[in-house]
Amino acid sequence: MCDSIFRHIGILRHRHIKKLMSSTIQYRRAKDRIFLGVVCVLSSLTMIPLFLILWELLKKGYKQINLSLFTEVAPSSMDAMLARISNEPIPGGILNGLSGTVLMLCMAIVMSIPVGILSGIYLAEHKDSKFSGAVRSLTDLLQGVPSIVVGVVVYAWVVRPMHSYSAFAGSVSLAIMMLPMIIRSTEESMKMVPGTLKEAGLALGASYSTIILRILVPAAFGGLFTGSLLAICRVMGETAPLLLTALGASSVNLNVTEPTSAIPLLIWEFYNDPNLANLIWTTSLLLLVFVLVINIIAKNIAKKWKIQ
Amino acid sequence: MENTINTQVRADSESQLSPNSELLLQLKDVSVSYSPDKKAVQDVSADIFSHTVTAIMGPSGCGKSTLLRAINRMHELYPNIKTEGEILLKGENVLDMNPMKVRRMAGMVFQRPNPFPTMSIYDNVLAGYSLNNIKLNKQEKDEIVETTLRGVALWDEVKDSMTKKGSFLSGGQQQRLCIARALALKPELLLMDEPTSALDPISTNRIEELILDLKRQYTIVIVTHNMSQAARISDNSMFMYLGELVEYDSTKKMFTKPKEKRTEDYLTGAFG
Repeated sequence: MCDSIFRHIGILRHRHIKKLMSSTIQYRRAKDRIFLGVVCVLSSLTMIPLFLILWELLKKGYKQINLSLFTEVAPSSMDAMLARISNEPIPGGILNGLSGTVLMLCMAIVMSIPVGILSGIYLAEHKDSKFSGAVRSLTDLLQGVPSIVVGVVVYAWVVRPMHSYSAFAGSVSLAIMMLPMIIRSTEESMKMVPGTLKEAGLALGASYSTIILRILVPAAFGGLFTGSLLAICRVMGETAPLLLTALGASSVNLNVTEPTSAIPLLIWEFYNDPNLANLIWTTSLLLLVFVLVINIIAKNIAKKWKIQ
Repeated sequence: MENTINTQVRADSESQLSPNSELLLQLKDVSVSYSPDKKAVQDVSADIFSHTVTAIMGPSGCGKSTLLRAINRMHELYPNIKTEGEILLKGENVLDMNPMKVRRMAGMVFQRPNPFPTMSIYDNVLAGYSLNNIKLNKQEKDEIVETTLRGVALWDEVKDSMTKKGSFLSGGQQQRLCIARALALKPELLLMDEPTSALDPISTNRIEELILDLKRQYTIVIVTHNMSQAARISDNSMFMYLGELVEYDSTKKMFTKPKEKRTEDYLTGAFG
């Protein structure tokens, strides 16, 4: 008798718990779904600005896209005004900016990539030394230095002593801005290389430098390459330091000691001249496309050469 | 007291460990410390004879890998690790030799297969030569690759995919490739640090067969935490506990009539 009562109570309690649980599960599921929805909406919001920017640039800039954009230098204000009056597209292109950007980026790459990659390797290999701790924090601080400040300093270091604005000064400022990114990305990719590879090389009798150069760097190559490409992307659109160092030029200049134009400098010039305003959009579009393309290449390389 | 134990071990070595072959590696009072007050390996002395498989076993943290890595001076990667005593390889103290030479005389295979991911299977086998800037002509290269890969029973499986990356192989194949990479340099001694612990039973079995086969040409010291593996493949066994070499004897004798209580307890599963 007693026994059956207890059993009955047990069954009741069991049913009650089951009911409670199923309502909890439904509640949890609903909560999960709402959360997922909110996250999806918010993440799709982050995509909107890029598409709006692209749309705006395309809408306003497509008229000026033609071959002469890449083969001719920026037009004078007068030519542009005449074209505007006769309702024709503005003649000329941005060759002087394009060549200046390529020239300065190449020099900046030569200056910053060897130093950046070697420092990054050092930081990854000597994780705990005081010196690398100091280098690491200073690198982080360097990354936070406003670009205009870099420009001012390079103006004092290079432009004043050389008595001229120059492509060289511009590339120095770009190199300084690239350096911290390259150092940190190199360090991170070198750290991703499994330590067992180093041991394997050592166990085969290879010297330390051989192991670094022939085993670890090739294994991390994808990361090093991507990091450098992203650093290039980052400084490609830098304007402020170039205003104070490269200044700008109306013709194609390949002499590194002379003032030189660059794509972002041209955008700034076009902005300051109402006759050339139509070119702002096309030039910005091109700059954005360049940056996006390099970014996409970098992402694909990172995926393809990922360490397995 | 300690001296007597050491002499005893050595006396045993001469009488039973391998009467017919020559002495290849001699450990004399080897100690390894990670910090000044803590020794991971304490005064280990043992003689290892050529063409034998010597298993080092013991519970985790007993210093077996540490001892193995002292033999080819891998500890030099970490400046705070100190190795004392004498390790004589063919009569020469490895602690005084050029580390590069030591590592070429004593090849090493690691716990996890670690083929170089950027190199092809072919280049992985030859890595020991290329990384040491030893120039070989095409014919020599082909010959070394083929004989070594045949030696580790991998040739038939990979002969048509020589240019593929080492990471393309399965775990067991990768480990055999790593053994081939170590053997390509024709070392005197092959050190294996738990070479099967990351592998499935079938691959483990193949590696064990390979070890028995390689014994004819090489001398092998293998660290294992797997007692039955030690029983299956080794001629002699060392039992280490808390950094000490408790017992070193022929495997048969150790597994049937261990001299030390601690060995017996470990082998019967009382701890470990």
